[in-house]
Amino acid sequence: MGVAGGGVAPMSAQPAEGPVTVIRPSSAFAWADVKELAQYRDLFYFLVRRDIKVLYAQTVLGFAWAILNPLIQIVIFTIIFGRVAGIDTDGFPYILFVTVAIVPWTYMSDAMVQSSQSLVTEQHMLGKVYFPRLIYPLTPTISKLLDFSIALLLVIAVLFHYQIAPTWNLLLLPFFIVWMVAIPAGVGMWFSALAVRFRDVKFAMQFAIRMLLYTAPILYTASPLPEKYRLLYSLNPLVGVVEGFRGCLLGGAFPWEYILPGLATTVLLFMSGVMYFRKMERVFADVV
Amino acid sequence: MTQGQTVISVDGLSKVYRIGQKERAHDSLVAATFDFLLAPIRNYRKFASLYRFNDLETDASGTAVADMIWALRGVSFSVRQGEVLGIVGRNGAGKSTLLKILTRITPPTRGCVQIRGRVSSLLEVGTGFHQELTGRENVYLNGTILGMTKKEVDRKFDEIVDFAAIEKFLDTPVKRYSSGMAVRLAFAVAAHLEPEILIVDEVLAVGDAAFQKKCINKMQDVGRSGRTILFVSHNMPAVKMLCNRAILLNEGRLMMDGTPHDIVSSYMSSDVGVPAARQWDDPRTSPGGSVATLREVRVVGPAGRVVDTVDIRETVGLQMEYDVRVPGHILMPQFYVYNDEGLLLFGTVDREWQPHPRAVGRYRSTAWIPGNLLTAGTFYVSCALLSRSTDTSQFYEQQVIAFMVTDNMGEGTARGDWAGWMGGVVRPRLEWETSHNEGARKLHTVR
Repeated sequence: MGVAGGGVAPMSAQPAEGPVTVIRPSSAFAWADVKELAQYRDLFYFLVRRDIKVLYAQTVLGFAWAILNPLIQIVIFTIIFGRVAGIDTDGFPYILFVTVAIVPWTYMSDAMVQSSQSLVTEQHMLGKVYFPRLIYPLTPTISKLLDFSIALLLVIAVLFHYQIAPTWNLLLLPFFIVWMVAIPAGVGMWFSALAVRFRDVKFAMQFAIRMLLYTAPILYTASPLPEKYRLLYSLNPLVGVVEGFRGCLLGGAFPWEYILPGLATTVLLFMSGVMYFRKMERVFADVV
Repeated sequence: MTQGQTVISVDGLSKVYRIGQKERAHDSLVAATFDFLLAPIRNYRKFASLYRFNDLETDASGTAVADMIWALRGVSFSVRQGEVLGIVGRNGAGKSTLLKILTRITPPTRGCVQIRGRVSSLLEVGTGFHQELTGRENVYLNGTILGMTKKEVDRKFDEIVDFAAIEKFLDTPVKRYSSGMAVRLAFAVAAHLEPEILIVDEVLAVGDAAFQKKCINKMQDVGRSGRTILFVSHNMPAVKMLCNRAILLNEGRLMMDGTPHDIVSSYMSSDVGVPAARQWDDPRTSPGGSVATLREVRVVGPAGRVVDTVDIRETVGLQMEYDVRVPGHILMPQFYVYNDEGLLLFGTVDREWQPHPRAVGRYRSTAWIPGNLLTAGTFYVSCALLSRSTDTSQFYEQQVIAFMVTDNMGEGTARGDWAGWMGGVVRPRLEWETSHNEGARKLHTVR
């Protein structure tokens, strides 16, 4: 709706009636227009549905891929790092250790990649119809949650097999899931806005995702890390999410020193992502 | 809302775009190498400035300064509630840019727009349609993209399906539809929008004649119901029929504002100037799709040279030059000829299309209109190329060239030595046969 840049000139000789949209060149700073986003929530829903249906259209295995994908990764990593390299994982069996972390990681990496490319992929729609642009990067973060939920079944199966009993820690799981969604949302908003002008983002992302896998304690445990590096290490929000998931599902004390810094980073990332995106969104159609 | 209240107010609207700059030619290897190495810096500057225009003060005359082009210049007008406004102009006049600004797809560079009421825009039919989804799913997706809520779509669902006549195929994926069905469905969704202000860009050029009639009727209903409509089109009869006011744009400026009749006449007269030949030097900006791009289109005389006027007895050629970049497609070049009232006289397709997949290269296709077919007057030509193999249109340039036909009385014309008025949209010189019965009375034979 209205973007006010200075005073709005009233329309001559009209009784004030109905909402007036003003379109001006410069846009004053605007936070996310939540009201507008709510107006378009049905569209959001159908776009998510579309993504989900299209992903597995005409496949035989369909949603089974949501389990096969992480499962294959787990098997490979267990053989390499668990057996061959023999990495110690705080007393837990390696397969358990890695399963609990791979599932949120798969969600986050898939969502980040798809979200960063969302504007470029849909550039056609961008130039032909208007709806709140924030929907573009946010849709993949929601549609990938379905795959995540299915993969959770795998986690439950493994937990069951090793007879890990649920603890009160599970109550914090929803919090970590929300955090897990906020990370690709923030990254997606930033990078989709950048990708519109600088297609390098696509290549940078592919590379970064591969590296990021090793920056969080997914394949290894962070306990041997010397104290002076812990803060720097934990600024990476992926660390916090992974440790959080481990804490919720496997029980035991939460390593808050590894978790809280990432939380601060995520909040900053998300808020700055919204601001940057909103600043740039008016020109997307021109420069894509 | 009271009738007659201003619902759209456009004030001094201007829009600038950056277009591709000419690549610098290098005359030495050293220069070329330096250029190659410094490319990332240059690229960054170029991309970063794509939407910034600090050097606007230097040239506002419209000729491209370096890499900038003014798509709109100081356009101002207002629209009252209930008006059906036609927006008319040549290709590149700024019509689509104006619509994009009004629908918030792109921001203006200068000026201001105020709109009162909910706007729905139709710049394209079937936006968001996905081939893997069923007809039903696409109706909901497309409907919500256009701004309806799920409840609204639910309410109108049956009407939409009825209008498109595809009830049997509702739950099949759209990729199995014929192109006609998909288009009908897309238009059916769009036709059931109920905004206060509707902005439409040439979407009536779809479907067969019966369906087009349905669409025009629907537009008329919408107009009669008191809604405000902005309608961009090259279809002059439609503009005259549907609109009660029109504006004429040319090179980004608002030239005229008046009745549809006046505007159409003005547009069609050579004052506004549609040339007899057009070419596109820069392959990046020439019209085209992934398979072929249009490079030149021209009107030629019997000798093969560009003409803008022909005698009524002469053959006249419509010629297009296009580059085919992907081999193996069956292509159909087409021309459509309109008279100065905007009536489509005929369309013509290259018969050679059956079935010869094309090799890569530059082609020149000419359609020869025989002499003594067209009447005297001005004619406007649209050219198009369709890939039959993928059923995709590569380009469709509407009324891109024009020519005049003169009928000087004389031998070999349909007119002969008759100096009076001859009407008709065509003026063929036909063979007549007369017989008479030499029956009861002898008649003097008169030669």
